[in-house]
Amino acid sequence: MARTATAPGAPTTKLGHTAAELDDRLVVSGWLRRTMNKVYPDHWSFLLGEIALYSFIVLLLSGTYLTFFFDASMREVAYAGSYAPLRGVNMSAAYDSALRLSFDVRGGLFMRQLHHWAALLFVSSIVVHLLRIFFTGAFRRPRETNWMIGVVMLVLALLMGVTGYSLPDDLLSGTGLRIISAILLSIPVIGTWAHFAVFNGDYVGEQIIGRFYIAHVLLIPAILLALIAVHLIVLVKQKHTQFPGPGRTEHNVVGNRLFPTFATKATGLVFVVFGVCAALGGLVQINPIWLWGPYNPAQVSAASQPDWYIGFLDGSTRLFPAWDIHIGHSYTIPALFWPTVVIAGAMFTMLAVYPIIERKLTGDTASHHLLQRPRDVPVRTALGAMALTFYVVLWMSGGNDVIAAKFDISLNAMTWVGRIGMLVLPPIAYVFTYRYCLGLQQHDREVLEHGIETGVIRRLPNGEFIEVHQPLGPVDSHGHGQLAYGGAPVPKKMNQIGGGRRAIRGFFSPSEEPAQVELEQRAEGRGLSAAESERELTSSGRPAEGGRPSDGGRPQEPRD
Amino acid sequence: MTTRDTRPGSTGGADTAGQFHGGPDDDYTPEQLAAMSRDDLDRLGARYDGVEVMHVDPGPEPGSALERRAVRQIGLVFGLAGLCAFGFVVIYVGSGWFLPSWQWTLTGSGWSALFTPLLGALFGAAMLLVGVGLVLYTKKLLPHETAVQDKHDASHFDRVTAGATIVRTAHNSGLARRKMITRSLAFMGGGLGLMLIMPLGGLIKNPNKGNPLGTTQWAKGVRLVRNDGSPIRPEDQLPGSLETVFPAVPDGNRQADAATMLIRLRPEQVAKDQPRPGQAGFGYGDYVAFSKICTHAGCPVSLYEQETSRILCPCHQSQFDVTQGAKPVFGPASRPLPQLPITVDNEGYFVARSDYIEAVGPTYWNRKRI
Repeated sequence: MARTATAPGAPTTKLGHTAAELDDRLVVSGWLRRTMNKVYPDHWSFLLGEIALYSFIVLLLSGTYLTFFFDASMREVAYAGSYAPLRGVNMSAAYDSALRLSFDVRGGLFMRQLHHWAALLFVSSIVVHLLRIFFTGAFRRPRETNWMIGVVMLVLALLMGVTGYSLPDDLLSGTGLRIISAILLSIPVIGTWAHFAVFNGDYVGEQIIGRFYIAHVLLIPAILLALIAVHLIVLVKQKHTQFPGPGRTEHNVVGNRLFPTFATKATGLVFVVFGVCAALGGLVQINPIWLWGPYNPAQVSAASQPDWYIGFLDGSTRLFPAWDIHIGHSYTIPALFWPTVVIAGAMFTMLAVYPIIERKLTGDTASHHLLQRPRDVPVRTALGAMALTFYVVLWMSGGNDVIAAKFDISLNAMTWVGRIGMLVLPPIAYVFTYRYCLGLQQHDREVLEHGIETGVIRRLPNGEFIEVHQPLGPVDSHGHGQLAYGGAPVPKKMNQIGGGRRAIRGFFSPSEEPAQVELEQRAEGRGLSAAESERELTSSGRPAEGGRPSDGGRPQEPRD
Repeated sequence: MTTRDTRPGSTGGADTAGQFHGGPDDDYTPEQLAAMSRDDLDRLGARYDGVEVMHVDPGPEPGSALERRAVRQIGLVFGLAGLCAFGFVVIYVGSGWFLPSWQWTLTGSGWSALFTPLLGALFGAAMLLVGVGLVLYTKKLLPHETAVQDKHDASHFDRVTAGATIVRTAHNSGLARRKMITRSLAFMGGGLGLMLIMPLGGLIKNPNKGNPLGTTQWAKGVRLVRNDGSPIRPEDQLPGSLETVFPAVPDGNRQADAATMLIRLRPEQVAKDQPRPGQAGFGYGDYVAFSKICTHAGCPVSLYEQETSRILCPCHQSQFDVTQGAKPVFGPASRPLPQLPITVDNEGYFVARSDYIEAVGPTYWNRKRI
């Protein structure tokens, strides 16, 4: 039916007309409504992945700016820019342009540092996001694919970092490049061929900066962008996981609709991420390349460190003993091969296939949309703690010379600490975490059974002292709570179940009338029975209170 | 909407419902929708998308003290953000115009030292404040609603019907029977795939041609010169000293593998010196020369501790003992630093007697073969 101006519901405003014209042509309103109505769970840990995404956007913007000035060439030039101490020094065009970009481009140094900080934030947020996914079991079916895509993106992010910080061709990045060359050479059988393919000949040649540059600004970002798109499409398709709580099931998502709440908060986060990167980029110096000087294969500075995310590889390389494997009289597998290619490869492969391993070991092949608390899966949590300990030992060993120098410890002793630590500490972490998880589980059960410790001590007529416990729900004839554990946090303090009233709002002076608040709160009732009667169930059997995180500690419905 | 198209079958582009047309437009007439409130329409649409709004915590009462306060706060935050942003613009544009120049100065102080931090602080503050303002707005002024959306498992109907379409098409194509086509397709796919990656062969270079990894610029009679190009006589260096030397060839100090450490041993070091087997005559008097490129990962080993005769690589802490033919004594390196055979030419300057007799730098697969 043709729409006429007088039809009911026809647009009356100019904006409405525009929208209608648009929809006539594109037929987008149905899609738009579905998108705006999509529900997102409201929990801070779900923002970690977003931080990674937004810092990637910051990286794309600032990186594009940097390409306007950077010259990825190893042609030798004499520096003639405004940084006086290096004037007249011969250097590659790459280093020369990186210096000019820092000293002769208005705001260039700010942009370069912003880019570097955003890169650190990018990798950090990916790692923390990954830990959240791991420890809450969000990688379980049906999300194994997205987990693997995530691991691939982490590896690509590391490659982004390595190719990026090699570009300025200063003394520090040149030393890193030399180690990359040695790692390539160490690969058995094809090592020298791989090296000659990447470097176009013996180290260092004249191509490598240009090749790293195109990988850094085009190849890897393009793959990353494509993978991010797939990651997000799969995420939207599968919908979010959520923590267990009132009204939350395997078949729903409880939270905020995209529009306006989630969209506004997400937009806010974009600005916060951008702002943090910018503030760091201006205020906190990072990689002052002009201090290192141009690369010279005969020079190196002590305590040279890569960016933090490569530190674990540096550490494993320092710790691994000098075990060359000789095959016959003519061939060698260099010791360097194991700590760099094999250990790193094994770590990321294990990470990528972990969902499959867990599925095989536990036999749990069901789809899961409710997250687990780490304490409820002690084996996985302990495995994670073990892997993390291994990683941290390697990472700290990457700076063991700095630790040795600062704390006046023997460098060789630090190496042995790392060598023994990487073998001994992970199992200890496993046992400790496992027991700790069991302890936490026990305490949850104890509170459910006996109630919360009130801190009120009562003396019985027979002289015995007891502490009064506040049960969380109905109790049986022995006074034991009948609530079952539902995978959600159990309140452990009286304040979490309304034992204390909320404070009067206002930072310096009260912004509301204390007497009025007092009256309101009296009317609201207090304690468990009041909360219980308030909890009306809707027709679909869900409690009316949807469970925003602020309600996390409130007593919950019995669940099983 | 008007049209002059009067051909039969054309109604001027307006949509006439077809036979299978359905959906919400059939259930709700425009009149019915027009009679509903905005809130009801919102809920109705949400329900169509499987979303139920369970609970709404309305924002502060319009005109209440709480609302006025929140509005003031958020307004202030956005205002400050704008102020910072304009501040950024003023500093960016004004430096070198009505403000001092932002260019780097030798003293490293004054406006040029403040320029980048100010840009960062203002840019960062502006962005952060916008973010904070938006979050405050959702927290303090927007109603808080809690919504529940249903998740649907994969539909059996969809699966079966889609599968039927695919399998039917595959069946009708007859590829299972027409073996000739499948085989030629596989052959073509393999060929095309190979053809497409073939140009990458341009990257391949033979590392074994001319032994580039096993040779350096050193050769018989090439002088050992310092970084500035000056040659060295045996009396120039003090006992216990280390000098980085390069071959006296054009750009010798830029070669990646040629850097060499010329070390003059102290008398007590000479006393306990144990060169590697067959390399006893490689030194000259109390002088020995070792490659500076670490045999582990190729970093220049640079830190010489003469008390213990050890050379330390700062990258991975391999340690080499110069009195034992630069044998690795700690850390991840497995090979000694190669020793350069040296002597003195007839003018009294140090020269190499030959190139290194083994490959310098990191170990690789067929190092011993060459």
